[in-house]
Amino acid sequence: MELIKNPNLNFVGNRRLAYTISIIIIAVGLISLLVQGLNYGVDFVGGTLLQFRFNREVEVEEVREALEGLDLAKSTVQRFSPQEVIIRSPKLSSEEQDEVEKILGEIFGEVELVRVEDVGPAVGADLRRMAVTAVLVALLGILVYVSIRFEFRPGVTSIVALAHDALVVLGMLSLFQREFSAPVLAAILTILGYSINDSIVVMDRVRENLALRKKGETFGELVNRSINETLSRTVNTVLTTILPVLALLILGGEMLRDFSFTLLIGLIAGTYSSIFVVSPLWVEWEERKPLRR
Amino acid sequence: MRRGNLPWRLIVSVVLVVISLVVIIPVKQKIRLGLDLQGGSHILLECVDTPEAPVDSDAVKRVVEIIRNRIDQLGVAEPVIARQGERRVLVQLPGVTDPQRAVEVIGRTALLEFKDENGNTLLTGAHLKNAQVQYDRFGRPVVSIAFDEEGAKLFAQATTLNVGKPIGIYLDDNLISNPVVQEPIMGGEAQITGGFTLEEAQNLAILLRAGALPVKVEVIENRSVEPSLGQDSITHGLRAAVVGALLVVVFMIIYYGWLGVLADLALASFAIFFLAIFISLRATLTLPGIAGFIVTVGMAVDANVLIFERIKEEYRAGKTWRASIEAGFNKAFHTILDSNITTLIAAVMMFYLGSGPVRGLGVTLTLGIICSMFTGIWVTRALVDFFAEWIKFEA
Repeated sequence: MELIKNPNLNFVGNRRLAYTISIIIIAVGLISLLVQGLNYGVDFVGGTLLQFRFNREVEVEEVREALEGLDLAKSTVQRFSPQEVIIRSPKLSSEEQDEVEKILGEIFGEVELVRVEDVGPAVGADLRRMAVTAVLVALLGILVYVSIRFEFRPGVTSIVALAHDALVVLGMLSLFQREFSAPVLAAILTILGYSINDSIVVMDRVRENLALRKKGETFGELVNRSINETLSRTVNTVLTTILPVLALLILGGEMLRDFSFTLLIGLIAGTYSSIFVVSPLWVEWEERKPLRR
Repeated sequence: MRRGNLPWRLIVSVVLVVISLVVIIPVKQKIRLGLDLQGGSHILLECVDTPEAPVDSDAVKRVVEIIRNRIDQLGVAEPVIARQGERRVLVQLPGVTDPQRAVEVIGRTALLEFKDENGNTLLTGAHLKNAQVQYDRFGRPVVSIAFDEEGAKLFAQATTLNVGKPIGIYLDDNLISNPVVQEPIMGGEAQITGGFTLEEAQNLAILLRAGALPVKVEVIENRSVEPSLGQDSITHGLRAAVVGALLVVVFMIIYYGWLGVLADLALASFAIFFLAIFISLRATLTLPGIAGFIVTVGMAVDANVLIFERIKEEYRAGKTWRASIEAGFNKAFHTILDSNITTLIAAVMMFYLGSGPVRGLGVTLTLGIICSMFTGIWVTRALVDFFAEWIKFEA
């Protein structure tokens, strides 16, 4: 089967349009980040998460009302499954946790505390520090590797593309107010490592084509040909990864929903940037300050 | 495979699969599940300085010992109690369903003090020999304590001096009982009545038997999951894994035909090798780990996609079927290596710097990438070489 037969699309020529689309999506995300910020989970900011299971269906409103007597002004109640809710709150002592459980038991009958996540500020700070270090070291590692294996310029444009992917993901996490938790951070790091794969496939082809360059072909034309020649690879590798991620998003349960959402957005952004950002930016750079004719 | 030669790659692959199957079966018993899947409590404690008791290395060591004693008395199977860094102690209690109680028993300093009317300390829990729950004549739970030799002497002295006066019993500076001494107590035994529930009395007895912590300890992280919720996660994770893998399998067959079938066989060997190494390393499977595995299933066939596309391209360029296969594998190799190494850089970072779910995903991702390079290139090659005679290529 062949999805795309001998494609000859003008990616490099239409790069302005691609940049514009990227910039609009990132701008929307940035505005959301500025206005409503990220919905940090207890992993990052500390606090208490309690998940209760009832023996009948409950509405979030009912639970909120039940807890009105308690001083839980800053807490949020969220539905996890028809019979389960999650209460997030700034740090609750174990006495306060017991009290919440007792009150819910009085109102809803049998209630079971099925999950507690109680994170102190020190642990949250550790995770933030780790997140920054891991992202920076991973980016640096990738830059160095690509620069050694290929050239410095595509190394740099690859990093620009990764920043693009990370911004798109963070923006969408904010826009849809998905919870930013430790697994979501893990998903972003995975995307940083994986979304460059497709760029490498293209760069590899560029390198190969440069060795057997056609007469009169400009660098831009050569890069565009390389993108087209590897297009089915780019699309198929990401499709085979998106399929299981979709299964995870739909069937993987509530616990992994934010994680799979992040991966899905990241995979799409990563493929987009591999085609429309990395190599076109490299062409841009070459045209302005040519290293080769 | 050269004509007449043994298909040694295929033989090695089959042998490896068989060995791996021996390692992983039965999976249910062999694989170690994380607390988020089997249920249990993960509690991180930090020793903190107080003016009376600054933290030093020795104190942290004793904290670990005392907490181990306390947990042994709680009767948890296979607990993990480990020092982490300078001042932290990690406690993992599989299967614990009442995390609040666990925290209560683990985190209390449990300094027992007997004080006279003027607040002078007469003796402390350091002189205890034993502590047990008993019932008083009204059937209420009380904690009866027995002092060691020196404690008995001190207690006799204290009760002699304070006849007719109260002696306050304090636990971590909270007054729990304030009995009036009727007559000197010489036997070195006493009862603490504090209007306890049975569980409170049991907890107190455990704490007193295990001894007081030398420094103040704070619970800085507590993550507990009910076994039933863990079971839900396993069910969901498995369902996603099976459906996700099936989607990939079907996609490969639809798109690459017979080559796709071979890629799917290689993918099956990927799953088997992955599990075998995972179990051999005694790694712990967590929910993010399952998610990571599902993602690597999708990444594992990337190598096949790159190779097969290259083969098609070579074939279209006019090479023979066999030469196309040769060129496809050779030329795709570096691309696969380069692209996997960048993912590996990120995965190793997660594994090396991270903790909890980040580390869990880092482990499965690292293992997944290494395994998939082997199965995607080597095992696929073995299969394609072996079946090349029979497969007619449609390009």
